[in-house]
Amino acid sequence: MRKVSRLSRFNIASLALGLAFLYLPILILVIYSFNASRLVTVWGGWSLRWYHEFFGDRAMIEASWMSLRVAVASATIATLIGTLAAVALARGERFRGRTLFSGMLYAPLVMPEVITGLSLLLLFVALNAERGFWTVTIAHTTLTMCFVAVVVQSRLGSLDRSLEEAAMDLGCAPVRAFLSVTLPLIAPAIVAGWMLAFTLSLDDLVIASFTTGPGSATLPIRIYSEVRLGVKPEINAICTLVIALIAVVIVIASLASKLSSSQGESAAPL
Amino acid sequence: MSARRIFARPARFAAIAPYVWMALFFLVPFGFVLKISLSQTAIAQPPYEPVFHLTAGWTAIRAAFAALGFDNFRLIASDDLYLFAYLRSLTVAVTATALLLLIGYPIAYGMARLPKRWQAVAMVLVIVPFWTSFLIRIYAWINILQHDGLLNQILLALHLVSEPVVWLSTDTAMYVGIVYSYLPFMILPLYATLAKMEPALEEAASDLGAPRWQVFWLVTFPLSLPGVGAGVLLCFIPVVGEFVIPDLLAGSNSLMIGQTLWLEFFTNKDWPVASSAAIVLLVVLLLPLLLYERLQRRQLEER
Amino acid sequence: MTDELPRTDAAADAAGDARPAAGEPLLRIEGVAKTFGTFRAVDGVSLDIKAGEFFALLGPSGCGKTTLLRMLAGFEAPDEGRILLGGKDIAQALPHKRPINMMFQNYALFPHLTVRDNVAFGLRRAGMARADIATRVAEMVALVKLDGLEKRKPDQLSGGQRQRVALARALARRPQLLLLDEPLAALDKKLRENTQGELMELQRRLGMTFIIVTHDQEEAMTMASRIGVMNAGRLAQVAGPRELYEAPRSRWIAEFVGDINLFDAESKLRDGHRLVIGTRDAGTLVVAEPRQPVGESRFSVAIRPEKIKLSRRGPVREAGHETAINRLDGVIADICYLGGTTTYKVKLDTGGMVQASVANSARLDVDAYSLNQQIVAWFTPDDCVVLPS
Repeated sequence: MRKVSRLSRFNIASLALGLAFLYLPILILVIYSFNASRLVTVWGGWSLRWYHEFFGDRAMIEASWMSLRVAVASATIATLIGTLAAVALARGERFRGRTLFSGMLYAPLVMPEVITGLSLLLLFVALNAERGFWTVTIAHTTLTMCFVAVVVQSRLGSLDRSLEEAAMDLGCAPVRAFLSVTLPLIAPAIVAGWMLAFTLSLDDLVIASFTTGPGSATLPIRIYSEVRLGVKPEINAICTLVIALIAVVIVIASLASKLSSSQGESAAPL
Repeated sequence: MSARRIFARPARFAAIAPYVWMALFFLVPFGFVLKISLSQTAIAQPPYEPVFHLTAGWTAIRAAFAALGFDNFRLIASDDLYLFAYLRSLTVAVTATALLLLIGYPIAYGMARLPKRWQAVAMVLVIVPFWTSFLIRIYAWINILQHDGLLNQILLALHLVSEPVVWLSTDTAMYVGIVYSYLPFMILPLYATLAKMEPALEEAASDLGAPRWQVFWLVTFPLSLPGVGAGVLLCFIPVVGEFVIPDLLAGSNSLMIGQTLWLEFFTNKDWPVASSAAIVLLVVLLLPLLLYERLQRRQLEER
Repeated sequence: MTDELPRTDAAADAAGDARPAAGEPLLRIEGVAKTFGTFRAVDGVSLDIKAGEFFALLGPSGCGKTTLLRMLAGFEAPDEGRILLGGKDIAQALPHKRPINMMFQNYALFPHLTVRDNVAFGLRRAGMARADIATRVAEMVALVKLDGLEKRKPDQLSGGQRQRVALARALARRPQLLLLDEPLAALDKKLRENTQGELMELQRRLGMTFIIVTHDQEEAMTMASRIGVMNAGRLAQVAGPRELYEAPRSRWIAEFVGDINLFDAESKLRDGHRLVIGTRDAGTLVVAEPRQPVGESRFSVAIRPEKIKLSRRGPVREAGHETAINRLDGVIADICYLGGTTTYKVKLDTGGMVQASVANSARLDVDAYSLNQQIVAWFTPDDCVVLPS
């Protein structure tokens, strides 16, 4: 094929190096998490020792539990509200305050986290809200719903509008047309949005540091304070577990979205 | 009334919940940052005064407003620490963005030239590291870059160096960390524009007698500029305010603004100065933020 | 909900009270206009369509035909005018409240639903009983010859099969009016021609009213019993295919529908039932007196290429014909062989250019004309049309 011949040696080399750069550090981390040696850098044979250590570490377990709860709660709320925002942007045409609306949704995507975190904390202090699970959840929802909105909006934008028109032509009121035709078609994007929100929340250090209260540290906060004191093999194990969890979430979600869309790949059984 | 408008009416109702949410948790908080940046530091809980009490009545609020001042901004303007922090943030962001573009472009270009089926695979491969935790990816580099880390072990084993090189707590380590963390953000918008480009354009250019490098410089690169713009903004803006990477990988003798803000807030408990620093940071980023917002809107809404 | 869907068969429907009184049109469009921003897409269109008609809206892209169709379907509401269906104004009714269905240009099949569910979609919305839906779907699938493909998804179908699903889906609700937006544009030529025939046959059998939008004049002429030609938001002419071709009402229509030779007139003289017209490029031409008297305004003489005969020596007199003959001398300037016909361009001695289309009635034509050959082009006065410029 001609397409293949467009690929020069330079193209292949840059791709290979780029991917190696992206994956090697993570791979090394995963391998070292199974290192029996206390010294992180000396290979002492395979072992699950640091995983045992982690499961015995109450503070870490509690932080993990907190992070998981926050991630599930904030991703779910963010998916609901973010999808609504995407619908308003992709189907609402022009409405009053639209520029402000889209601005508020796009700005947090790149806003330095220190600013978002600080401003939310000041709000919570002013409202005299008790800081902990709910403040972190609200903060993460605020950040991640913008990502959900963008993912869903871009899917909505690429959807053929005549599908909705056809549904109306066949007797659906507008809202009904959306629910029975549009929603099933954007479901994969909504699932992807939830995944993204979940991992972003699980990942966040800065905003959580600002908005959480004493005694309710999230996993990244715990990891960060450990890492500042130096490298510990236990951290490698925790990181590997987090990577595994995210991998599982990605696989489940992509399977789910494949089932729900179930189009494309399955060739015609002729 | 058109079909679009038939849908627009119910769609606008969908805006209510996110609108209220973002106004309350994104817009209003900036008001508090602004207000507290104008307040005085106090040894109290919360550590600033005056504190508004909406219950205290109008005169009390007016008195509180009268007590606001620009002292914190004067402090920031006069203290070299802040000036250097801002300059360093901008330098780091510019350098890192340039590095990201130099490294990201060839990768994106290579992806765009893969056969269609492989493009999807390459795209997933680039996105997946982005899903794994940011903090973990930084931590992975500490493993590699530390004094007796893998990199030094390899260098020593190959006799390229005679004694371990100090990598950690240097700017080099920081740039590696930034490039590593932000690379997908640079590659994806670049790839998106490059993949959309009509292959016939490059073919036409070489048919008209342009050698390879001219095809690239005269056709491919100019046409990919929207992607370059998106990638640059997507990396530059957050890097200016970056905290975790310089904190964990760079040395502590010169700080970026995100670090000073963090320090003022968590260590010095000086909320008003931290707020002022945030306001100044925001002002610096206002222009790129507006540019980014416009770009994003055009990309998502004008098809 | 139930009144949206006439449960009766289309044929029985014709006698039902939902139908307009005898002689009344099924659909009456009155002074309908639509403006997008400053662009007047549809500019005061009035049109009656009788029940059982196969009507085509023909025009170049951007002429407003699709906008008009979308107003009938309810996707756009007219700024002015009324749309009466069976005497009831539906101009402002929402699409799902109209007993009208549409076949979309790109078919707009729901990709997440099977063929069966696509066809059943509109029936479910109408609250039809389960068993009835199953029967109706089976009936529709058989009608468009898609038996055995009910469980396929749209992306497992060929282009032609998709087109049939779209048709079945739109027909399933037994609409009083079926709108077809460029229904065959995505099919290749051979398939398109077959499908044209099938659509006509289907329309005749169901006795339904079809309105088709197309930019392809051959398609419109093949299928439709009446054609409305649109230009710049207005209906330029509404007529049967033959009248449209042989008696176009304006120069624009004459040029849009088929090929034509046009000669600008400079003077005119009356001679009994004939007009003797002086043209700049083709000398003096004799034409039959047009039905509408030619005023003092500028006009031109039009003649279709296939009405022009060519010969080496001059007009061949046919027995019994006393008609005066228009004779033009020139040389062959260009030859375009098209298979069934050959088009010759003749450079006239009077300065103009004329195009003549000649049927290739013999496989080996030793007498075919060659380039730069002296030639006589001739035609009768009755084959000319006088058109205002």
